[in-house]
Amino acid sequence: MTRIGVVTFPGTLDDRDAARAVRLAGAEPVALWHADADLHGVDAVVLPGGFSYGDYLRAGAISRFAPVMGEIIDAAGTGMPVLGICNGFQVLTEAHLLPGSMIKNDHLHFVCREQVLSVESTTTAWTGEYRQGERITIPLKNQDGQYVADERTLDELEGEGRVVFRYADHDPNGSRRGIAGISNAAGNVVGLMPHPEHAVEAGFGPNGDRGPRTDTDGLRFFTSVMRALVS
Amino acid sequence: MGRVVVDVMPKPEILDPQGKAVAGALPRLGFAQFTSVRQGKRFELEVDGPVTPEVLAAAAEAASQVLSNPVIEDVVRVAEADSAAGSEGSA
Repeated sequence: MTRIGVVTFPGTLDDRDAARAVRLAGAEPVALWHADADLHGVDAVVLPGGFSYGDYLRAGAISRFAPVMGEIIDAAGTGMPVLGICNGFQVLTEAHLLPGSMIKNDHLHFVCREQVLSVESTTTAWTGEYRQGERITIPLKNQDGQYVADERTLDELEGEGRVVFRYADHDPNGSRRGIAGISNAAGNVVGLMPHPEHAVEAGFGPNGDRGPRTDTDGLRFFTSVMRALVS
Repeated sequence: MGRVVVDVMPKPEILDPQGKAVAGALPRLGFAQFTSVRQGKRFELEVDGPVTPEVLAAAAEAASQVLSNPVIEDVVRVAEADSAAGSEGSA
């Protein structure tokens, strides 16, 4: 069975939800502690959301130096799939696995909403089961969600097809070019601000086409990586 | 005991939402003369012994590698705390 590690830093909030999403997708979640010096043989890793180390210094800046991150950076370099959600995305940028950074939302308010995204790339390890251009609804909740990078980096991301998700309808936090998620050049490392692990089970996620709380658009992140790992 | 001060500011081209919020609050308190505010961070690093050129070099390296994120911030000062200036004086 595919084993997917879920990292817990001090201040992580969504590790349980991420582990649950992994299980609902049919894989085995493996709890990884920030102080772990090995990855317990997992096939992929999820860095979940929250406020690791209280967002001290900068969001994700202290977590980047946790022992487990050294292992994850090495494994990501050899192709292991890594998904960073919200604070996990911030950790990936601080660890230089993904370019750019996140600053406070342009309107200064915490955002918590059901956000429509457009899927811009289906060639990553985490998005193979989506359709190009598909619109999906994923919960978004953050304070520091405004994606920024210099123009050259943004052009590079666009040119190489590494913008994975864009905010559809409207940009909820002032992110450059409406970017909600990006990948590394190899496509095994993906980071996004919205929370797919909160849209995996009918009855608990956003409203969907089939009625209130029926949306499970986030589940395919996890089924995608399972398919990517066996192929 | 020596002390090094490191100042970090958001890059000029990056919108500083916190500074903007402070700038919006100032006129409401009667401070109408300030047209713009930018908010940065100040770090105070202490060492046993004096602040040598080696200590300053290490502080500059820490400033660029950890204390700031070059994507969004600039290190604008790495210097020995001025012991003559009240708040920077050693206890």
